[in-house]
Amino acid sequence: MAVCPGPAVVSVSTGCLEVSTTIYPYTAWKDSMIHSAFENAGATISGVETAYNSLKKQGKIKEDMYFVAFGGDGGTYDIGLQSLSGAVERGHNFVFVCYDNGAYMNTGFQRSSATPCGAWTTTSPVGKESAGKQQNRKDLTAILVAHDIPYAATASPHNFKDLMNKAEKAFATPGPAFLNVISPCPRGWRTPGEATIALAKEAVQSCYWPLYEVENGKYKINYKPKGDKKTPVADWLKKQGRFAHLFKHPESEKLLADIQDYIDKKWEELLQKEECLG
Amino acid sequence: MARKAITGNGAIALALKQVEPDVMAAYPITPQTEIAQNYAQYVADGAVKTEYIAVESEHSAMSAAIGSAAAGARTITATSSQGFALMWEMLFIAASLRLPITMPVITRALSGPINIHCDHSDSMGGRDCGWIQLYGEDAQEGYDNAIQAFRIAEHMDVRLPVMTMIDGFIISGAIGPVETLEDDVVKEFAGDYVAVNALLNVEKPVTVGAFDSLGGWYFEHKIVQNRAMENAMDVIEEVGREFGELTGREYSHFKTHEIEDADIVLVAIGSAAGNVKTVVTKLRAEGKKVGMLKVRTFRPFPTEQIREALSGAKVIGVMDRSDSFGAQGGPLFTEISAAMYGGNAHPQLYNFIYGLGGRDLFPDDIEGAVEMLEKAAAGEPVEQKRHYLNVREG
Repeated sequence: MAVCPGPAVVSVSTGCLEVSTTIYPYTAWKDSMIHSAFENAGATISGVETAYNSLKKQGKIKEDMYFVAFGGDGGTYDIGLQSLSGAVERGHNFVFVCYDNGAYMNTGFQRSSATPCGAWTTTSPVGKESAGKQQNRKDLTAILVAHDIPYAATASPHNFKDLMNKAEKAFATPGPAFLNVISPCPRGWRTPGEATIALAKEAVQSCYWPLYEVENGKYKINYKPKGDKKTPVADWLKKQGRFAHLFKHPESEKLLADIQDYIDKKWEELLQKEECLG
Repeated sequence: MARKAITGNGAIALALKQVEPDVMAAYPITPQTEIAQNYAQYVADGAVKTEYIAVESEHSAMSAAIGSAAAGARTITATSSQGFALMWEMLFIAASLRLPITMPVITRALSGPINIHCDHSDSMGGRDCGWIQLYGEDAQEGYDNAIQAFRIAEHMDVRLPVMTMIDGFIISGAIGPVETLEDDVVKEFAGDYVAVNALLNVEKPVTVGAFDSLGGWYFEHKIVQNRAMENAMDVIEEVGREFGELTGREYSHFKTHEIEDADIVLVAIGSAAGNVKTVVTKLRAEGKKVGMLKVRTFRPFPTEQIREALSGAKVIGVMDRSDSFGAQGGPLFTEISAAMYGGNAHPQLYNFIYGLGGRDLFPDDIEGAVEMLEKAAAGEPVEQKRHYLNVREG
């Protein structure tokens, strides 16, 4: 919101952000904000933006205004995907920001389709027959790119300048724009609060969370770790309590290797996309 | 005024066009589709200034309507059946945020098994979601209610969403005569919309839908919401009277037919009222003291007025076009029963369920129901269970 060029209306899906910023009768928002349900930040902002267009055309509103929707990974990757997809397809002029902490953290620690393979959550528990979540993450940014969205990007709070640049671009984009921001959750990740930014940084360095943007179909990777700067993902996993079980049993080695292979494969794919579509 | 031969859906789409709201968000669903597509055509032809959002689901239709109404725009949508059910979560939120959205509902059975024809299981299933509910008997009432809905919803003492029902296919798809008003007359009647606490007011940003949990004001907010519903009772009558002055078609919470000295009264809602009225007229000619009460306002329920109107009856037959599983009867029956229990008159009450999934209701079915009620009036034993009209044996 710091780089939003004018007054805005924000639509927030149910989650930590909404719960912590709007405890009635207080509000932390300087701009107008609406929360209606979990799965419909995209549809809600569609209505707000359309109302704006109608009233602006009728001369009842003079100012230029901006429209933003926020959702966690649950409200974006899962239950909110249809509503977001519809809003993007219709081309509403808004910015959708997903703060992705890799699980339903507001209700405890339940798996989402953004939860990485091997992570313990209460609905992908560790037990005799299971070593946490069995599947890889959904590649949501790719799904948004497949909508031919004018602007989509990933970002991380450790690289603040990059995040702000992307937010500025998103606001300047006519039509829909999507920002997917990794958001370490100390409670759910079982990590110390003060490690948040370092963990976000390592997520990028290990290529678990590559920083890139796609402008009108053109790919650009914003950070490429060279040589030994690309850290093994196991180093990052080891620091998080939700993966602790992977380091207690030797039989987890195969799973750890699979996780690394998947990350390498996705990174290679991204490099190729940049080369072919950059 | 002009007399037009038009479908129920066409009449409602025309009413909405004449009010010309700022935003419509709609998804097509049988048998509402004609409204969505007629309105899209009005927009495509430049006949209205309305912005149309062709949403990807009814859940999003209601979500977008909520966003739009909260933003400060006069907003409409329309639905039926499964679409109504998919909106259900958001119907509560629209009402709790006190957004004056209006929505024609073209009533249709709910799955399963799937059935596209008329009954009231959709709208009656949503009777407690905080919306005002007005039922129309024919295309004319569908048209008239759709116009009045704006005034009721937006009244400062109310500020609640309003749904106006007509029966799917029986009314929505059938061509009938409708007295329509001129565009400017409708516009003047609807008046200008004044938004309250609009998101788009940059001078005064607002937070809508805050976290109102433990320690908050949720309970008090619900009480205020119910008070607005109570206020709607007078407003519906006031708007109905004013509409009557304009058109000669006056509206209140219900209408009666031959009820004054009636021993037996049938209570009906929706298109079946027409059939019942015909049968009542015929039986009156035969000297039978039969009458009818047709319910228009179902939420808020006009308990005291209906109790008063029915206080002279010995036997009341309540006709429901939806069933209520495990309850004592259909939704209208339980309302009427509760209303009568609160008074001094204690007539016998019987419930007739009819027309589920579009099953026909013939005059013979209604006469059969009256025969049963006559037995009850004469003191013969009649079972209190639900009675189903025009069902196959076995």
